Amino acid sequence: MQKKYSWYSLLKAGLNDQDWDQAIPLIQPKSKYDVIIIGAGGHGLATAYYLAKECGINNVAVVEKGYIGGGNTGRNTTIIRSNYLRDEASSLYEHALKLWEGISEDLNFNVMFSQRGVYNLGHSLQNMRDIERRVNANILNGVDAVVVDANEIKQQIPIINTSKNARYPIMGASYQARGGVARHDGIAWGFARAASMLGVDIIQDCEVIDIEVEEGRVKGVKTTKGEILADRIGCVSAGHSSVLAKMAGLRLPIESHPLQAFVSEAMKPVLHTVVMSNAVHGYISQSDKGDLVIGAGIDGYNSYAQRGSTKIVEHAAAAILELFPIFSRVRMNRQWGGIVDVCPDACPIISPTKVEGLYFNCGWGTGGFKATPGSGNVFAHTIAQDKQHPLAEPFHINRFTTGGLIDEHGAAGVAH
Amino acid sequence: MLLIHCPYCKESRDQSEFSPAGEAFIARPKSPEGISDEEWADYVFYRTNHKGNHWEQWVHTNGCRKYFLVERSTISHQILQVAPFGARNSETEL
Ligand SMILES: Cc1cc2nc3c(=O)[nH]c(=O)nc-3n(C[C@H](O)[C@H](O)[C@H](O)COP(=O)(O)OP(=O)(O)OC[C@H]3O[C@@H](n4cnc5c(N)ncnc54)[C@H](O)[C@@H]3O)c2cc1C
Ligand SMILES: [Zn+2]
Repeated sequence: MQKKYSWYSLLKAGLNDQDWDQAIPLIQPKSKYDVIIIGAGGHGLATAYYLAKECGINNVAVVEKGYIGGGNTGRNTTIIRSNYLRDEASSLYEHALKLWEGISEDLNFNVMFSQRGVYNLGHSLQNMRDIERRVNANILNGVDAVVVDANEIKQQIPIINTSKNARYPIMGASYQARGGVARHDGIAWGFARAASMLGVDIIQDCEVIDIEVEEGRVKGVKTTKGEILADRIGCVSAGHSSVLAKMAGLRLPIESHPLQAFVSEAMKPVLHTVVMSNAVHGYISQSDKGDLVIGAGIDGYNSYAQRGSTKIVEHAAAAILELFPIFSRVRMNRQWGGIVDVCPDACPIISPTKVEGLYFNCGWGTGGFKATPGSGNVFAHTIAQDKQHPLAEPFHINRFTTGGLIDEHGAAGVAH
Repeated sequence: MLLIHCPYCKESRDQSEFSPAGEAFIARPKSPEGISDEEWADYVFYRTNHKGNHWEQWVHTNGCRKYFLVERSTISHQILQVAPFGARNSETEL
């Protein structure tokens, strides 16, 4: 039986190291559910949680081919912000950011959400014009944002190189004080535990190998743990979305690419905020453990291999050293890749499909971690009502046919 | 890192000389006025994104600057074959 965490339960279990209850039970699937969610990343688990909590649908299974949070949720650099340019995008990400602000309490699980601020650097006059335009749009949309100049950046981050002689001199930045980072596996385990306490079955080591469709309606899935039936299925499988779509006879406007990150050895606190630069392409923060967390760009080729090219890592390292020469002798500890689902307009698809009862939530690409609670929230309502949540409406897959793209790619000026 | 054989230069060179240029065999519709919005969307935006052996285009950016075809596994990254344009027009047809 799962118990509510409290300071008393944590202290007691911490002292005798025995009273830890299992966070989620290991279970076998039932033969039928009201809703099946494919993929137990943060987005899939959040979807299940909000289905149970806000939509009155508790008979839900989340099926995961590996272990929970083992996909991009557990591989990302955890930058959270909502300062996107387009109204549609900033409303969605701001919805998520507001949920982040109360999530640890809501889930009874410390996800270590830390609003340490996010700087998006500009290195040219055009960068600065784009930054000003985006900050103005943010303010009109009620999203906190300011433009800061190079002197203010230097005051806040003394180790950054604001020399005018740099190859790409820093001219200023946008700053979102409410942005920050969170614990990647914390959000997965938090949603999983809270969902399972509401009756959701989380089934790991259970790969979907086919989606059964009968007369245009979804019927269920074939998995490595047998057949599971459901009238409604939500697909939240990030880099593998095209593979699952194909099982249902669908195509998506998505391509899968490797995205890499790496961390250094742990060190004393040296960087208290998040710094991103799209122009030189690198982004960095320091985790609570003390390691520098550095993100790179994508490889241009398609891949499902969860690894990318060394030249991409080299490029990101060069960009970080350009900004922080002081890190030149820091030793790197680990490096990895995740497979991201990239949409032509760099915006997600949160949508019903041509197959009745089959919904897709994908295309978050290189920047979906920040959206985790908001994405699950609007997707749960979309599935429960068989009608898109108002915030999800602009993200219908039909936009690629009507031309109603949400051009966030160049617009936001940053990838993550 | 990949070692890519350019069918024009007839040499295997480091990946950093090349740039990927997307899925191969996506043909522009023959009668652009005659097709539906769905067909246009499929041509412009929708992709196969195949997991497995996949035909794609690369360009020898820092070499001969020519485009060519590569069959590569998106699971292992292993390159199975390369071909100049015109050698084939689809996965099956030679
Ligand atoms: C290196 C890197 C850095 C990033 N940095 C940031 C960042 O700083 N900020 C940000 O906002 N975003 C970032 N992202 C993007 C972010 O990680 C993702 O957009 C987000 O985590 C996606 O969450 P998800 O739950 O949709 O996907 P995932 O966590 O990938 O979950 C999908 C799950 O589906 C499962 N699955 C797939 N196929 C099947 C099947 N057939 N049957 C059953 N299960 C299946 C997978 O095993 C996986 O667990 C980064 C990504 C990477 C790779
Ligand atoms: Zn060549």
